[in-house]
Formats: sequence, C-alpha cells, structure tokens
Amino acid sequence: MLLTGAEIVVQCLQRENVKYVFGYPGGAVLHIYDAFFQQDQIRHVLVRHEQAAVHAADGYARASGEVGVALVTSGPGATNAVTGIATAYGDSIPVVILSGQVPTAMIGQDAFQEVDTVGITRPCVKHNFLVKDVAELAETIKKAFHIARTGRPGPVLVDIPKDVSAAKCAFHYPETVSMRSYNPVVKGHQGQIRKAVKALREAKRPILYAGGGVILADAADELTALARRLGAPVTTTLMALGAYPASDRQFLGMPGMHGTYEANLALHHADVVLAVGARFDDRVIGSPEHFASEPRTIIHIDIDPSSISKRVKADLPIVGDVRHVLADFLRILDEEGLTAPRETLAPWWERIEQWRARRCLAYEQPADGPIKPQYVIDTLWKVTKGEAIVTSDVGQHQMWAAQYYRFDHPRRWLNSGGLGTMGVGLPYAMGARFARPDAPVVCVTGEASIQMCIQELSTCKQFRLPLKIVNLNNGYLGMVRQWQELFHGGRYSESYMDSLPDFAALARAYGHVGIRVDRPADLQPALERAFTEHANELVFLDVRIDPRENVYPMIQGGKGLTEMILSANDL
Amino acid sequence: MRHLISVLIENESGALSRVAGLFSARGYNIESLTVAPTEDPSLSRMTIITSGSDEIIEQITKQLNKLIETVKVVDLSEAPHLERELMLLKVRATGKDREEMKRMTDIFRARIVDVTDTTYVIELTGNQGKLDAFIQAIDPALILEAVRSGVCGIGRGERVLRA
Repeated sequence: MLLTGAEIVVQCLQRENVKYVFGYPGGAVLHIYDAFFQQDQIRHVLVRHEQAAVHAADGYARASGEVGVALVTSGPGATNAVTGIATAYGDSIPVVILSGQVPTAMIGQDAFQEVDTVGITRPCVKHNFLVKDVAELAETIKKAFHIARTGRPGPVLVDIPKDVSAAKCAFHYPETVSMRSYNPVVKGHQGQIRKAVKALREAKRPILYAGGGVILADAADELTALARRLGAPVTTTLMALGAYPASDRQFLGMPGMHGTYEANLALHHADVVLAVGARFDDRVIGSPEHFASEPRTIIHIDIDPSSISKRVKADLPIVGDVRHVLADFLRILDEEGLTAPRETLAPWWERIEQWRARRCLAYEQPADGPIKPQYVIDTLWKVTKGEAIVTSDVGQHQMWAAQYYRFDHPRRWLNSGGLGTMGVGLPYAMGARFARPDAPVVCVTGEASIQMCIQELSTCKQFRLPLKIVNLNNGYLGMVRQWQELFHGGRYSESYMDSLPDFAALARAYGHVGIRVDRPADLQPALERAFTEHANELVFLDVRIDPRENVYPMIQGGKGLTEMILSANDL
Repeated sequence: MRHLISVLIENESGALSRVAGLFSARGYNIESLTVAPTEDPSLSRMTIITSGSDEIIEQITKQLNKLIETVKVVDLSEAPHLERELMLLKVRATGKDREEMKRMTDIFRARIVDVTDTTYVIELTGNQGKLDAFIQAIDPALILEAVRSGVCGIGRGERVLRA
C-alpha cells in the first residue's frame, strides 16, 4: 500500500512511540497536519510561537529522558525555532525537529516562506537532513531519532519539502540503523578505568565533579553509589543538580560562578578530580590558567572525546557512556574488596567542614522587610517537600533556584545552562507536565524572562496545564543590574523596566489564577493555596522581591575558583 | 605547526559546508582544502592544510571526527607522507621571454600545455615549496594568471586510509 510522505511522517513517529508533538502549522506542513488530523495515537500540542514548540519538546525530553519532537513550517516557522534548537544543542538534549520546506522545484528561487533551513541550523544541530525523495523519508526519520538519542545527544532537524510530504511511496520502517560514519563509543577503556580507580583509592583529597552528562546518561544511581563507596565529596554543576542528593552530607553544592564556597575550594584544592560528564566550562572553573596553577590529577569521563582536554588537560581520559564507565568503576571496587569509606579522608573532610562552616548561602528574612528571593525558594522547597519539577529562566532567579531548592533526584531541575536562553521556563514547564502528568511543576522566573514566552499562557489554558509560576519580580534585569552595580560603576544602562504589566491581572486575562504577593507573611499561605485550593489550575504568583538583592557567592568572569566574593562586604 | 589532515567523509550534499563551517565557527585556520570523490563514489576525501598548537590540532581532529558524516580522520603529517599540488600558470611568452619561459619549464620539469603566439599555459606538479619556487623564479610581470589546486596527500608505504 502506498502512503503519502505526510502519512509516512506520522507512521514513523508512531513507530518511535512518540506521544506528543509540539508544533505550529503553516503552508509547507499542511499535508503533515492533515495526516495528524486523521489519527489519534499522537497528541499535537499547539503552541503560540515556534520557539516555544522546540523549548517544550526540549523540556519534555529533559523531564522524561525520551526524544522530544517539534513540528514547524518553513521560513519564519523554522527561523523562530532556531533559538529553541540552539538551546537544546547547548545542553545536548535529544530533540527531533521536523520542518516544512517549499517544494523541491522551488528551492533556491526565493519562494514565499523559503529559507535555507538546513544551512541556518547547521551550526546548532547535532545533524540535519533535507529530504529530497519520499523514498528516503522513513529511513531519514529513523536516523534522526537514532542520532538524537545516542552518543552525546542533541537536536536533529529533518527538513521536508511540501512535494515530498505529498508524494506517495511504499512504507517500510527500518528496525535498526547502521551508519559506517557514526558509531559512538559506549564502553570505556578497561585499562584506563583501572588506573582511574587506583588514582581515586590513593587520593588524599578526591572530589567527584559531575555534569549534565550524568543526567543525560541516567547515571545518578551509579554516581551516588560510587561517591558513597569512596566517601568522597561531590559537587554537581548547574546541569547536574539532582544527580546526587542535595540533602546528603557528601554534597557540597554547585561549583562555579555562583557556586558554594566549599564546592569551589574543594574543587580547587583536590588532588584527584573525577570529572563525570562535565566539561570545565567558563561558568564552572573561570580561568583555565588559574585552575591549572594548582597541581592535581584529572580523570575525565565523557562520551564526547572533544569535551576531553578542551579547556583543561585530562591526565586520565576515558571515552564512554558515563553510566557504563561508572558501573565498571563499581565492579572493580567490588573485585578489589573496597567497600567502606576510608579513614585517610578525615583530614580532607575537616578542611571541607571548615569551608562549609562559612555558611555562604546564609540569608536573613526580616519579618516586615522586603521579601528576599532566597526565602521564596526556601519556602517553595518546604511547601513542595522538595518533590516538584522546577524549571527556570535565566538570570538571578535561576541562580537562587539552583542554590536554594535542594534537588534530591535527577530530571527535576530544567534550565538552559549552556546557551542561557531567557524565555525557556514556561515552555519547559509545559513539556515537563506532559512528560510527568502526576508531578507538581513549578516555573521559577523573573519579570523580564517570563515576558519572552508569555504567550504560552494561552497554550497552558488550552491544555489545562496546572503549572505554578513563581515570578521573582524585582523590576530589574537583575543579573545585568548586578554586574552593572559591581563592575560598571552602578550605571544601570537599560536594566530597569518601566511599564511592567500587572502580572496577576494578565494571568487572569488568560483564564488562570493570578496572585500578587508583597509581604513575607503572605508568601507561604499563597504558595500553599496554589497547591491545594488551586491544585488543578495554573497559578501565577507575582512575588515582589527586594530589588537590591544580589546573587552570592560570585566569581567575576575570568577569575579563579579561590577568588570568590561572598557578600557585599567583600567588595 | 603546519599539519596536513586527511578526512574520509560521506559524499553527501552539505558535507563540505559542515567542514568549512566547523573551521570558521571555531576559529581554526584553513590554508588549503581540497575535496573530490574517491574510487568509491559514495565517499569523498578531503585534504586540509591547517596550523595550530598541539592542543588545537587535537581539537580539530576530534571535532572533524564528531561530524556525523565523517568516516575517518588522520593527521598525515605525523608520519612519512607525500604531498602534491597542481598549478596552472598562464604567462606572457613573446620575444626573448618565450625561450626563457621554455627553459624554466624544463628546469622545473613542468610542461607547457597550451600555446598561442603570445602566451603559454604551464602545468606544474609538486609540493607547495616547489610551486612557490617556480613562481619566484620567473619574472612576476609575465604572470597573467595562476591557479593552484590546493594540496592533496597520502601516507607512504603500508599506511592506508580506507573506510
């Protein structure tokens, strides 16, 4: 039986067990939308802007571990999707983006809604395809899913011209894919792994430094088991919060620009660093030269060889899937009979406890003073018992959420760490809710970020998504203001927003619940109401916070891990 | 340090721009790049002349390997290898210059492949140094046009780059 290209697209997605497609229709994808209309296995989620379609698919992938799928039309549909694609690429998230294209005969003729989508997206996808023949469509989609989810994951775009989605062809979906040019390494080198285990056992000041790769590989259990066996401290990057339980004593918090005092000093002074699916990026170690000033042995596990020795030279590189490699570490420790944490680490822990005693995240909430953002996150953590999926946008609120919401489980913290895209929070929350319809989903945002995708409040109404939005409203582009205060002589160039909307009223206009919170005493009751009285509704909490509050600790860009500013008093 | 990197890559449209885009996006040098299908028409072979520190060259080979369509990458300059480049040079060939040009062609073991009353086209193959030396050796005022293919390279002996 012959199927149209559009029907083949739908069949392929069904065979990949896709449950949701986030998209927006248009001329070049009309055939595909027609095919969607005639089936009920896959649910289409109509967003209000293509950027949000990709963000929502990305958020779905982050929360579920499955490939997210977005569908957009040609031209502006594709260009609107680019920010979403680059965001997914920045954090290695598996997403398949299907884009419509003008008919093959019109490509290159500056047709209506034509852009070179494959050319525009090439630098921000793991791979992309232009399908010129319907006979190649099914295999291409199979490859797209395979490439997106294997190796170091990432977004893959398939550009489908309108005549290809209309043409007919026999449908055959390949069971497996074999590509001579693409065979990611899964298992690590056993000799290297043995050397690494030996280095860790002999270390006097070891630290486990875990990155987003641990979440992507679903290796939180292995990481936790290894840390407990070694008795070593653990720091997880912004992308790996939840990979190790934050409530555990061995957890030192996040390292980096806004990391904790103890995490940064332990990372700097460790004699053996086990980097797992992390990449020593500029927001983590700051200056590579400063970091290199202290001698240490670096073991680096990553599935992407190009992440190893890119910014910091690894002494023991191990290429492989971190879950497999960490399982090998545990097996070797078993063989060698090492189970209990060793006494030799006691002096190291003493030093760490001294650093921890600085209580770098301490804050005070005056009973009648302005609401402190730290207090908001702390209260949110209490009210949700630490069990919510939390998404954030980008800026001060993102850092406060990362610092004060203690994540004990993986895939509960969704944010744009690599690209740093304002506007992701709400669509991430939408995607997360579809992935985990049972879980409370909270979007921690700011009054500037939320306005970058606020149109999605309409999508939330259509699909009855009972999200809780916590808007830390300080009237400023807070992180920009903070840098201007600290490094630009207090010249607040364009970081103050006049004429902000009444967010609570705006939320109500979209059909949701809007609540404004001005006083500390009103915060906890408002949050509790959001999860009880309004459990089944979207609640927008517009929380007026102290506009002068800054994020500490802080390491200025280009400085080293030991050069932290702990509070305004350090300036 | 100058390096000569050979890449076997799927002969698909867009493969060349992926490689070129990678070099420009990450700020790597390209001194020359040649590309053509191999004896297996489904594969293209590229030869890239680049330069950089050991760390940069390591990143370049890793990033090239990371491209989905890349089948194999080898830094040929790590071991004995051959490099060849082709040049076609159109020169003014009149009066006494006509004989001089013929003599230089013979000295460099080049060939004259096109002749008119006033011009020659000279074909010369060799490594980059030999081609540079030929250009140096003749009167620059007589060069009408120079076209160079860019370098292609192959390992010596049993060292083979195949899919």
